[in-house]
Amino acid sequence: MALKSWKELPIGCVVSDPGSASEYHTGSWRSQRPIWDNAKCIKCGICYVYCPEGCVQQTEDGFFKADLDYCKGCGICSHECWPRAIKMVEEE
Amino acid sequence: MGKRIGMEVAIAVAEAVGLCDIDMAAVYPITPQSHIAEHLSDLVANGEIDAEFVTVESEHSAMSAVIGASGAGARSFTATSSQGLMLMHELLPIASAMRLPICMAIANRAVSGPLNILNDHTDIMPQRDSGWISLFVENGQEAIDLSIQAFKIAEHKDVMLPVCVNIDGFQLTHMVEPFEMPSKEEVEKFLPPFVPHATLHPAKPVTMGAFAMSDYFTEIMKAKNEALKSSKKVILEVWDEWARLFGRAYKPVETYQAEDADVLMLTMGSMGETAQMAIDQLRAKGIKAGLVKLRLWRPFPLAEIKAVLKNVKKLIVTDRAISFGGPGGPVFSEIKSAMYAEARRPLIYNYIYGLGGRDVAVGEFVGMFDKVLADTKNEAADTYEFWGVRE
Repeated sequence: MALKSWKELPIGCVVSDPGSASEYHTGSWRSQRPIWDNAKCIKCGICYVYCPEGCVQQTEDGFFKADLDYCKGCGICSHECWPRAIKMVEEE
Repeated sequence: MGKRIGMEVAIAVAEAVGLCDIDMAAVYPITPQSHIAEHLSDLVANGEIDAEFVTVESEHSAMSAVIGASGAGARSFTATSSQGLMLMHELLPIASAMRLPICMAIANRAVSGPLNILNDHTDIMPQRDSGWISLFVENGQEAIDLSIQAFKIAEHKDVMLPVCVNIDGFQLTHMVEPFEMPSKEEVEKFLPPFVPHATLHPAKPVTMGAFAMSDYFTEIMKAKNEALKSSKKVILEVWDEWARLFGRAYKPVETYQAEDADVLMLTMGSMGETAQMAIDQLRAKGIKAGLVKLRLWRPFPLAEIKAVLKNVKKLIVTDRAISFGGPGGPVFSEIKSAMYAEARRPLIYNYIYGLGGRDVAVGEFVGMFDKVLADTKNEAADTYEFWGVRE
C-alpha cells in the first residue's frame, strides 16, 4: 500500500471503507513466530481461544496455525499451550 | 438591527447560543460558567429551543458527549471553566483531530491550587496546543457576537475545527451590560445549516478516530496544523460579513492609539477596556502610548502582530498566566518569538498580573507604562515581573 501524503488525507482521517483495517498487515511488527508441533498438539483449541488478534485458525485436519499476515508474535498461544506444542522462534 | 437590551453576560451568551439552532448541548455547571449552563438548560426545558440538553456527570463526559453528538452530525455546544476545562483536556485534541466543529464558551478562571474561583487565563493557556480555534472577548457584546460567529467559523467546509470563546469569568460573565442581541431571523440568515464532513450512520458506515502508527502520525499532525493555520482566511471572511450585517467589525489584532505610539501595551480579554482608559490618561499628559489587543490566540496572527509592532520602540506584554520556571508569561514568549527575526523589533517587557481575580485599576496600567519609560538603560527589557506582588 502506497503511503499517502498529508494533503491526501481525508478530513479528520475518517475511514469510509468498512473493513479496510484488514489491509493493514500487522504481522510486520513480529519478531518471533509461533511454530506448532502437531505431534504434541491435542487439538484442545486453547491457542485459538487466547489469541488476542483472532489470527489462529483451525485447519481441516483439526490442528491449528496462525495467519502470519496478522500474527504479531506476542507468544500468548505458546504460553497458554499446556502440552507445550507451540514454540516461539526468532524471525530471520 | 437587534434590540438594545441590558442583561447579565452569561445569560446573554446562553441566549445567543439559543439563537443558533443547536441540536444538543452537554454542559456541566462550574463557577463562573454556571449561569450559561442553567439558562441554556432552561431554554431547552421550556421548549424555547428544540435541542437535547445532556446532563452529564463531569466535564470529561460533557466533552465526550459533544464529540459523539458532533460526529453524528449534531450542532453541539458546551461551556466550562478552570478545573472543568482541565478535566476536558484529554479530549480537546481528539475533537480537533477528528475535525468536529464543536463550539465552547469558556468562563476563564484561575486553576487550582490553591482553590480560587476568580478570573485569570491560567485555564486556557495549558490548552493552547489542543488544535482549537481560540478567541478572546473584551465585553458582553463581543461575547454574544463571537458565540454566534463561532458556529459559522467552526462549521465552514474549509475549517471543520472546534472553536472556544474565552470570556473572562465574573469580570465579564457576571456583569450586567447593555448590548444589541441579534434577532432570530438575523441569525438564521447569517448561519446556514450544519453540513458535517461525515456522520455516524448505519446506512453509510465509517470509522472516526481510528488508530495511526508512526507511518501516518506525522502526516496527520501536519494536516491538522495546516487546517488550523488556514482557518484564519475563513475567520476574516466571517468577520467581514458580520461587519456588513451588524456594523461591528472584528480583527485578529485590534489597536487603540497605536499608529504613532512610542510604547505599546498588549492585552487579551477584558483588561483591554481598563488599559484603554490608561492610554487616554497618558495621551493627555503627552505620552505617546498605545494599545494592542490580541483577539485571535489560535491560529496565532503572526503577520498582523509583526505589522503592528514593527515601528514601536517598547512593548509591554501583559500576561494573566505564567509558565512556571519558564522564560515568562505564555503570551510574552509567543510575541518575543514572533518578533525575533525582525530587523526592527521593540524591547519587550512582561508583567504578569490580574491573577486569581486580583483587580488591576487604571492607575496600575499607567504605572506599568511609567516604569517601562523610566527604564532608560533598558535593564528590565526581556524580563518578566509579577505586577503588584507584595515583597
